[in-house]
Amino acid sequence: MTAVTGALRAWLDRPLPATATVAALLLATAWGVSYFPRSIVLFMLFQGSILTLYLARIPGWVKGVLTAGTLGVLMPVLGSINAYYLEIAIQVGIFAALALGLNIVVGLAGLLDLGYVAFFAVGAYSWAIVGSPQANLIFGGSAFPLPPWWFFAFLFVAVAVAAGAGLLLGLPVLRLHGDYLAIVTLGFGEVIRVLANNLDKPINFTNGPKGITPISRPPIFFEPVLRALGVEAGPVAIYPLYLYFLVLLIVGVTVLVNRRLEDSHIGRAWEAIREDQTAAQAMGVPLVRMKLLAFACGASFAGAVGVLFAAKQVFINPESFTFMESIGVLAMIILGGMGSIPGAILGAAVVTILNLQVLKGMSLWLNELRNAGVSIFGFNLADLPTQLEPAKYERMVFGLILVLMMIFRPQGILPAKRRVRELEDI
Amino acid sequence: MDFDLLVGIFPQVLLDGLILGFMYALIALGYTMVYGVLEFINFAHSEIFILGAFVGVEILLSMKSAGLLDVLPWVLVLLLALAAGMLASGLAAVAVERVAYRPLRHAPRLIPLISAIGVSFFLQDLIRLFESIWRNSFNLVYPTMDALNHRFELTSTIDVSVKSLVVIVASLLMLWALYVIVNRTKIGTAIRAVAEDQAAASLMGINVNRMISLTFLIGGAMGGAAGVLFGVQYGLINPYTGFIPGLKAFTAAVLGGIGNIPGAMMGGLVLGLLEAFAASYLSLLTGGAFGAEYKDIFAFSILILILIFRPKGLLGEVVRERA
Repeated sequence: MTAVTGALRAWLDRPLPATATVAALLLATAWGVSYFPRSIVLFMLFQGSILTLYLARIPGWVKGVLTAGTLGVLMPVLGSINAYYLEIAIQVGIFAALALGLNIVVGLAGLLDLGYVAFFAVGAYSWAIVGSPQANLIFGGSAFPLPPWWFFAFLFVAVAVAAGAGLLLGLPVLRLHGDYLAIVTLGFGEVIRVLANNLDKPINFTNGPKGITPISRPPIFFEPVLRALGVEAGPVAIYPLYLYFLVLLIVGVTVLVNRRLEDSHIGRAWEAIREDQTAAQAMGVPLVRMKLLAFACGASFAGAVGVLFAAKQVFINPESFTFMESIGVLAMIILGGMGSIPGAILGAAVVTILNLQVLKGMSLWLNELRNAGVSIFGFNLADLPTQLEPAKYERMVFGLILVLMMIFRPQGILPAKRRVRELEDI
Repeated sequence: MDFDLLVGIFPQVLLDGLILGFMYALIALGYTMVYGVLEFINFAHSEIFILGAFVGVEILLSMKSAGLLDVLPWVLVLLLALAAGMLASGLAAVAVERVAYRPLRHAPRLIPLISAIGVSFFLQDLIRLFESIWRNSFNLVYPTMDALNHRFELTSTIDVSVKSLVVIVASLLMLWALYVIVNRTKIGTAIRAVAEDQAAASLMGINVNRMISLTFLIGGAMGGAAGVLFGVQYGLINPYTGFIPGLKAFTAAVLGGIGNIPGAMMGGLVLGLLEAFAASYLSLLTGGAFGAEYKDIFAFSILILILIFRPKGLLGEVVRERA
């Protein structure tokens, strides 16, 4: 047995066989998905082979080409076969960008932010209000919704607004340390949600619990190109793919900024603060400025993603921005590894897939069993309580992830390299 | 502005505030005792609290279906529900500490907090899962008892129900019992010693782990009692109901000075009163522009203000910086 695994490892350690294996895995699973588009298991195998692509020892440029091919070609093709898979990919992307943003605040600077979703809400509402007729109720007239082109401008506006909200929260609370900071950010998140829920009077800003709709989507500016190429596709077919590539772009930018920040003197200052605030200050790290910067940076990513989220959903209401979402994003970076960029992306993928595929799949399966009236050990499954729906138990999943990771593997699945060395010292 | 109305509802608002305040005080004790001993926010305490409410409702519902609810004297029924709720919550708190906190006791500060958040989420859905299978519904209503709903009319506009009196009396009794346990018994002295200095306490022959478990047991039992009283007073509960009262009770604990037991009692009362007044008067004073729905924001603003201007709380336990 060991001889077999040893030979396998030796085979996979060489670049050429490894590349061949990974490419074969990707193509085989993708072919499987295209053949059985409704099989959740096969799609998860495809996702798993994307992970092997990351883990395999392949030269960087080959990896880049394979990644581009997988995410740029294979995934959209599979998405056009089963639209739900593209939806999953878009959600993974949105949460990956959120997780990367929170990773700056929690993972790098060590400030536990339990109200992160508030910044996401700020971004989403800033576009939702002006990108829908809602703004007419505030300013009067009928100038709104703004033309779809403004969507791109608002990606940047939301970055600024969310960063401003981050500063607003950061300024008063930065004197607090550790767990107090966590509770205050939690309170801030709730405050934003309660405001969104109730600011439909005296002036109707957010339309309260009813939410805002319809929110404009980004313009299909490349339509002439498509027509020139002879592609006839309506918005219904274009938008999922379009949004998918937009998400991919945002995640790409986020990863790039994260990597540059991590290695810059700012990133090092954050990590110094995380490890020992007093020592960092003694070494000349400006605490307040650096902490504010961390809050603002983390918040700005959430703001940009919020705009995209609002456009994707067309409809938003305060229900999308609850405390549970904040904890969900936190669970992602803890699962992946605090302070680790690949970890944050992996965590986002795993948690989203768990929610959208595994739990939903179990719900469907259970319902089918129930309707079929199958009996196990003399117990008729049709008698199962109707309230028992696995898809509703997200919190249990998040909770288990948090507790088990803290006890057994606090550094996460793909820990940051520096973090590994630290934990060895303890 | 209708001045007569403002004055007229004052006693009723005061009463509501007191009830809310005692509830917060009972829950806040769980937070503050654990913080005093471990310097750690037991985030899962809000679920320990709501667990008590669920055990209470299960007892009452099963008595109702056995036809005992109207036969037995209501005091006995209530005492039974309270005892069961306290026992379940206390044991659950001990179990949670043993499984999810003790292995992390020497980890960096944020690690047990994250674990506690996880426990909190897990317990919410665990209760939901159980009730979904057991009763096919996780929104449960406390059965009404006629004796408890009887109202004494004090004046033509103000009345007080028996259950409100029960909540106040039971809370006072429990707070007194806790005060005696902590300040007048050997066990209480040991708990205070552990809170002061764990190493020194263990050198004096105190079993530190046992005292920590005991702290969770007492704090959890208080939370469970608060849960049953909450159910009796407000009726409807679901597994997620505990979260907001828990957060506010934590605010109350901070308000009074975290780690400080009389402070938690006082903080609870102050917060309950403030909130009741905010809920009733905010919309009257602003002409309906801002209503009772802002009372949560009000509580959180208080929390933020205290933490900024007086982080030691009103009764000022010194918060030490731990490296």
